[in-house]
Parts: sequence; C-alpha cells; structure tokens
Amino acid sequence: MKILVCITHVPDTTSKIQFTANNTKFDSTGVQFIIGPYDDYALARAVELRDQTGGTLTALNVGEAETEQTLRKALAIGADDAIRVNSFPKDSFFVAQQIAHFAKEGGYELILMGRESIDFNGGMVHGMVGELLGMPSFSPVMKLELEGTTVKMAREIEGGKEHLEGKLPLIAGCQEPIAEWKIPNMRGIMSARTKPLVVVEPVSQETQAEASSYQLPPAKGSVKLVDKDQVSELVRLLKNEAKVL
Amino acid sequence: MSIVVYVEQSAGKIKKTSLEAVSYGFALAAKTGEGEVIAVALGSLAADELAAIGEAGAAKVLHISDERLNAGVIQAHASAVAQAFESTGATTLILAKSSLGDAVAARLAIKLHAGLVSNVVELPRLEGGFVVKRSIYTGKAFADTTITTSKKILAIKKNAVDQKLDGTKAKVESFSATISESDFASKITATERATGEVLLPEADIVVSGGRGMKGPENWGMLVDLANTLGAATGCSKPVSDIGWRPHHEHVGQTGVKVAPTLYIAIGISGAIQHLAGVNSSKCIVVINKDPEAPFFKAADYGIVGDAFEIVPQLTAALKAAY
Ligand SMILES: Cc1cc2nc3c(=O)[nH]c(=O)nc-3n(C[C@H](O)[C@H](O)[C@H](O)COP(=O)(O)OP(=O)(O)OC[C@H]3O[C@@H](n4cnc5c(N)ncnc54)[C@H](O)[C@@H]3O)c2cc1C
Ligand SMILES: Cc1cc2nc3c(=O)[nH]c(=O)nc-3n(C[C@H](O)[C@H](O)[C@H](O)COP(=O)(O)OP(=O)(O)OC[C@H]3O[C@@H](n4cnc5c(N)ncnc54)[C@H](O)[C@@H]3O)c2cc1C
Repeated sequence: MKILVCITHVPDTTSKIQFTANNTKFDSTGVQFIIGPYDDYALARAVELRDQTGGTLTALNVGEAETEQTLRKALAIGADDAIRVNSFPKDSFFVAQQIAHFAKEGGYELILMGRESIDFNGGMVHGMVGELLGMPSFSPVMKLELEGTTVKMAREIEGGKEHLEGKLPLIAGCQEPIAEWKIPNMRGIMSARTKPLVVVEPVSQETQAEASSYQLPPAKGSVKLVDKDQVSELVRLLKNEAKVL
Repeated sequence: MSIVVYVEQSAGKIKKTSLEAVSYGFALAAKTGEGEVIAVALGSLAADELAAIGEAGAAKVLHISDERLNAGVIQAHASAVAQAFESTGATTLILAKSSLGDAVAARLAIKLHAGLVSNVVELPRLEGGFVVKRSIYTGKAFADTTITTSKKILAIKKNAVDQKLDGTKAKVESFSATISESDFASKITATERATGEVLLPEADIVVSGGRGMKGPENWGMLVDLANTLGAATGCSKPVSDIGWRPHHEHVGQTGVKVAPTLYIAIGISGAIQHLAGVNSSKCIVVINKDPEAPFFKAADYGIVGDAFEIVPQLTAALKAAY
C-alpha cells in the first residue's frame, strides 16, 4: 500500500513569536523549526502502518528550500522518500491544491496529516484535499487501524469520541494517542541522507485567504496574589473586580 | 443579501457555540447593512428549539430534518449545507469552530469555491477588502487575513462576539437536500460522550488540574469545585498521558484550546505548551505551592500554597457567597 504523510515545518513549541518588516513577516531569528507535533503523530502511525502492510511511505511538504531539513528528519524517522513542493505555503487552499495534485499523481491510498498546523492552526487542509479528491476525510483522529481495506478510527468530539468505519482510500488528520512520537536513531539518520527527496514545482498559484500583517496580543499585567489564608478574598475579587463570577 | 449560519446540534439541542455564531452573523449583517441571518439546522429538532435560534439573531431557519443527519456525518453535512447555502444566494457562511464544524467547513470551502478563514476572533474590517482577524501560533499572535474570493466562510472562535439573547422567534422553513448514498459511506459505529457535564471546549469556567494533584484519587475536590461553579474540568498533558483523566480533558498546544471567562489552574506548572491552550481565557487564576511556577506570570490572580488545603476552602467560600 502507498501511504502519504504531509509534514509542516513549524517553529518549536517553545519559540518566542515575533514579526519583522513592519509586522508583515515572521521573524525566524533564533527560532528552531520542527516537524509539526500533530504531523509527528501522523508520521509515527504511518511508519507503523507501512511496516504492517509492507507498503511504502512518502513524506510531503509544501515549502521553500529550508524545509528540507524537516523532510530529512521525516526520512530519518522512517519515510522511504520525500517530495518538496517548491513554494512558500501561501494559504490553506494553496497547500491543499498541491497536496491533492501530487497525492493523485502518486496514487496514494492512505493520506495522513496532522490535525492542524501549529503556526496557522487552520485544521482545514485535510478536509480540502478530501473534497478535491472526492475522498472521505476525518479529523481529529486519535486511533486508526487497518483491516484489509477497512479503516477503523476513533475521532475526538467535544467531550468524548466517535468510533468510525471507512474504506480506503481515505484521509485522516491525526492527534495523540494515535501513536507514540518516534525519535530517529543513528541508522535512520545515516540512511536519510541517501533516501530520495524530489523537488517539484507547484501546479497552481491560486490563493484565497493570505495573511497580510500580524499582531502580538497585549502584554499581560502582573499577577495579584491572594494570601492562602484569605481564600474568600479571591472569591470577592473574582466577583467584584474581575467580574467573572 | 443574507448571511447564512450553519448551526450544530447535540442530542436535539442547538449548541451554544453555534448560537454565538448566529449572533456573529447578526452583528456582521448590521455592520454591512446586508439583509438577515438565515440559520441552517440539520437532523431531528423540535419546532421550539428551531424557532429559539431567532433569539440569537436569526430571522429564518432552514431545517433539513433528514434524521440520518442527527449524527455528525462530515460529508453528508457538507453536501446538505452547501445546497441550503446556494438556495439563499448568500455569499457569506458563518459557523462555530468545532470538531465537526472544522471538518465540514473545509469541504464546503472547496464545494463552494469560498475562501475560508478559521479561528476568527472579531468582526471583519470592510475597508480595503474583506479583512478578517484570526488567532495564529496557538493564541500567541493574530493575523489579518484578506479573503479575495466572492464567497467567504468564517469559522468563529469562542467569545468572538457576545451571544445575543433578545431576538425574536425565527421563521422556520423546511428544506430538502439531496444527499448521495456515498456521502454516508463512512459509518459512525458508536459514540462515547460524557453526559451531564459541561463540555470543556464550550465552557465559560474551567477548573484544571496538573501533576501537582498527585493522583486520580484526588480529583474529587476539583470536581466539587467545578460543580460549584458550573465549570468543566480540564487537565495538563501528563495527567491525561498517565491516564488520570480522559484525553478529551487535555488542555494545551496538543490538546483542547479553551477560551473561558475564567480558567483556574491547580497544580499545573504553566509550561509554554500548556499556556498555548489557555491564553485566550479572559481571567486566569493559579493555585500552586511553588511561588516560582511560570504559570503565575500568565495569571491574573494567584494563591501560593498547597492545593489540598486551598481547593476545599475555595469551594466552601464560593458556596458561602452564593
Ligand atoms: C516561515 C513560514 C511562514 C508561513 N507563513 C504563512 C502565511 O503567511 N500564511 C499562511 O497561510 N501560511 C503560512 N505558512 C504556512 C503554514 O505553515 C501552513 O502550511 C499553511 O498555512 C496551511 O496551514 P493551515 O493552518 O491551514 O493547515 P492545517 O489545515 O492546520 O494543516 C493540517 C495538516 O495539513 C498538512 N499541511 C498543512 N500545511 C502543509 C504544508 N505546507 N506542507 C505539507 N503539509 C501541510 C499537515 O499535515 C497539517 O498538520 C508559513 C509557513 C512557514 C514555514
Ligand atoms: C511538543 C509538546 C507539546 C506539548 N503539549 C502540551 C499540552 O498540550 N498541554 C500540556 O499541559 N502540556 C503539554 N506539553 C508538556 C509540557 O511541556 C509540560 O511538561 C506539562 O504541561 C507539565 O504538566 P504539569 O504542569 O501538570 O506538571 P509539572 O510541570 O510537573 O507541574 C506540577 C506543578 O504542580 C505544583 N504542585 C505540586 N504539588 C502541589 C500542591 N500540593 N499544591 C499546589 N501545587 C502543587 C508544582 O509546583 C508544579 O508547578 C507538551 C510538550 C511538548 C514537548
């Protein structure tokens, strides 16, 4: 079976978010980029399913040259080959069109993504690709088992989960506890250097909703501490000062 | 021109976040001077419940009563909503961000060739294009996003506007959508849902516990506090990883992002990944025995001390005050 996993190249979760060029560009000074944590779950599960089915696993990113280090990491964790669609990922629709095109061209039967990117937090690309390809798409998927062409899943809903059964081909946006994050080992890192990483050009330039400028939230005032022997004072403050009760 | 709002139901009740989306639509219609709000509701719903959507600002409700839509079958919902939307001639579709809403919105964006923006935090600006402010980097920043398509879809974050409560009953019309069998091909075989509790992503008050609570046997005092406040319970990631609490209560970067008016964090250190899930809260209270816990830097109010002593006192003080 051919499996595709879509990987974002995003700032590490501890990064300080800042912008430059008059608040129109993300400031990547000193920022470490990682595989999106949700994509990391998707990748981990994809490696397990590839091993289970004896198929192949391709990692794909839509991004500029600097994302290749992130794709190499996906190769080190276990993807067999990688595709980079050579363009700045302008918006979710732009990204979805590229993924849909190369997924179709490659004949992938299972497409795993993260539930959402941790930079733009859209949670949309999987559904868009699904509709573009006429495939069912599910997110956030916390369990995914293959039995032949039947896919058994659990999807998180508000306050619980839903158990689902679908058929391949299918797309899932993944989150924990679908699999444990995998850390690349030495052999993986060595072999990643020689695994194929193909660069392709985007098939469409169309966008619908591009970001034009950024803002940071206002700085938080300092905390008001209440003595531990005056707990009722906290209730009074919440009621009369913060007015949240 | 009208503004269409896709509303979700849970067990025959319209979700509160959806009513907020209706109110967002109402405020947007007032701002653009464009017509009325038409809500689209799916599945079995009582006539009263449908008409009550008017109180949040809808003039009309299109009801697609097909009972196969009671469950959140993503593709079928997308097809049904697309048809209802097209029938109105509207160009703007609003919905509340949710597990189902996101999945349906993404498919609708393609079906309708509409520009989609998620995590919208306020009404759009209309001078110099249709500019929407969205939350990005998990609440650590905002982006102004310009939608360039004629049709637009906005997935609204909780608390983007206040829910309107003083509207009049809406006119309810039934609408029949043609949904192909293939849209129902993936089956929901079972649903597990916490009952009788306030749902975390929708809660106005959240009581959340971390590893400082020492073990699942100590959650009773947090549940008591939550019940006193009508709050939902949440937790940090390690707490759900170890299995002290169910996964759907895990708050943070890789869990649920909450936006309550009050978030009470008990025995949680305040790691940046946890804060990412709570930074949209209006007011944050931290109870931690370590005065250096990073969470105090993100808090509005705090008590330094032992949760096992403070939490029962807080519950008692609240009960005494009400
Ligand atoms: C430095 C930098 C700056 C960026 N600036 C912008 C910007 O200004 N505006 C903007 O809209 N986007 C920007 N992006 C791109 C952003 O990372 C996303 O790729 C894109 O916006 C889609 O985001 P989303 O939140 O809708 O994705 P979601 O719908 O949240 O993503 C769901 C899943 O889709 C897959 N996916 C998403 N994006 C990609 C991708 N690029 N390649 C492969 N798989 C993907 C992943 O599996 C992901 O988990 C930037 C990226 C970088 C590295
Ligand atoms: C990629 C990534 C994603 C992550 N995503 C998330 C996420 O979504 N959500 C999340 O929560 N974490 C997330 N984490 C983990 C995060 O970094 C922290 O490890 C985690 O939040 C710590 O949980 P905690 O505060 O419960 O535990 P601890 O850090 O162990 O803190 C326990 C706190 O309890 C206090 N305490 C102890 N005893 C008492 C007492 N008797 N009374 C009062 N206070 C007491 C201590 O002083 C301490 O501050 C993520 C990490 C990574 C790397």
